Amino acid sequence: MNDIKADAFVDITDVVCPTTFAKAKVAMARLSEGQILEIRMKAGEPLQNVPRSFKEEGAQVIKVIENEDGTYTAFIKKAG
Amino acid sequence: MGVDLQQLKKGGLLKQVQKEFFSLRLHIVGGQLTFNQLQMIAQVSKDFGNGEIHLTARQGVEIPFIKLQDFETIKNKLAQVGLEPGACGPRVRTVTACQGCKICPNGLIETKEFSKKIDEKFFGRDLKCKFKISISGCLNNCLKAEENDLGIKGCMEPEWLQANCIFCGLCEAICPVDAIKINYENRDVIFNPQKCIKCGRCVTSCSSDAWKGREGYLLLFGGRNGNVITRGKQVVPVIYKEEKVLSVIEHTLKFIADYGNNEERFADILQRVGNSQLQKYLKEVLESE
Ligand code: SF4
Ligand code: SF4
Ligand code: SF4
Repeated sequence: MNDIKADAFVDITDVVCPTTFAKAKVAMARLSEGQILEIRMKAGEPLQNVPRSFKEEGAQVIKVIENEDGTYTAFIKKAG
Repeated sequence: MGVDLQQLKKGGLLKQVQKEFFSLRLHIVGGQLTFNQLQMIAQVSKDFGNGEIHLTARQGVEIPFIKLQDFETIKNKLAQVGLEPGACGPRVRTVTACQGCKICPNGLIETKEFSKKIDEKFFGRDLKCKFKISISGCLNNCLKAEENDLGIKGCMEPEWLQANCIFCGLCEAICPVDAIKINYENRDVIFNPQKCIKCGRCVTSCSSDAWKGREGYLLLFGGRNGNVITRGKQVVPVIYKEEKVLSVIEHTLKFIADYGNNEERFADILQRVGNSQLQKYLKEVLESE
């Protein structure tokens, strides 16, 4: 069901809060306005906090998909 | 010299094991202190105590090893920075609060000014028992609402705005109680208000402004955390106006005056007369505009 094309991918399942957002933010910083970052994250705290933190920076969540291994993939569009 | 211990307690002086000394409790609202106040507390402890300061479990400050004869001088010094002794004994105690939505990203309600407002109205009021109030900015409940005679938690009632929704799926994924189901074929969000705990996460997370939230106050009554532990219970529906919370507190204190025996904690009163009695008592306030 996913037809979104991301411009970059980052996996933050290997880090813990507060590094989760920091790692994703670094990846987002390399993109230009309007480009899409694909982020793989764990359920719970990262899913609660990372998309919301991007929202606070003006980015928009385009799609969130639950993966078969219990992680989530979020597509987030950079502000602009 | 005859010393009235009850009067001292009311004035914030607590008897120590060392008979000649007292621990002076300060009245601090919502855990907020300024640079000047901290500096004065440090100075008083150095000049009149033993240089130590104790932080209490309810966000208070105590300066131990104070002599009774210095009390007036210390009171005047503290007054210069807007501090006063705290209350102990059977009365409304310091209102505790987290930093709320003005500082904490999870916060749903403002807590600093609100705790001041509650404190100004009720602090120190004499009762038949002690009465503790706490405010948490959201359902994360950092200030442990259920351990207080009256615990307040910020909450948020969500409303879905179809026109803005892009069906990204985030709200469904983060709702802690599965109150949101998205039907992608029909482009519909099915919201279950019975399941919803009003945590506000859908509202604060949606980056397309497709959830509108109404700030509310969830009240827990009759909690305590001592020799006997009782968890506060939700007795009335969520309240959406600050003013109404103030009148509910007012009437709850009246309820205690009417129904309580001397020294009987609010939790015991409720157990004896039943929560429904309090509900009846608060009905009029809750139904008023
Ligand atoms: S109760 Fe909520 S608003 Fe208050 S400090 Fe905890 S997380 Fe933040
Ligand atoms: S998070 Fe917002 S945009 Fe995404 S599905 Fe929920 S309401 Fe729609
Ligand atoms: S307020 Fe909380 S419990 Fe209610 S629908 Fe939103 S996320 Fe779920």
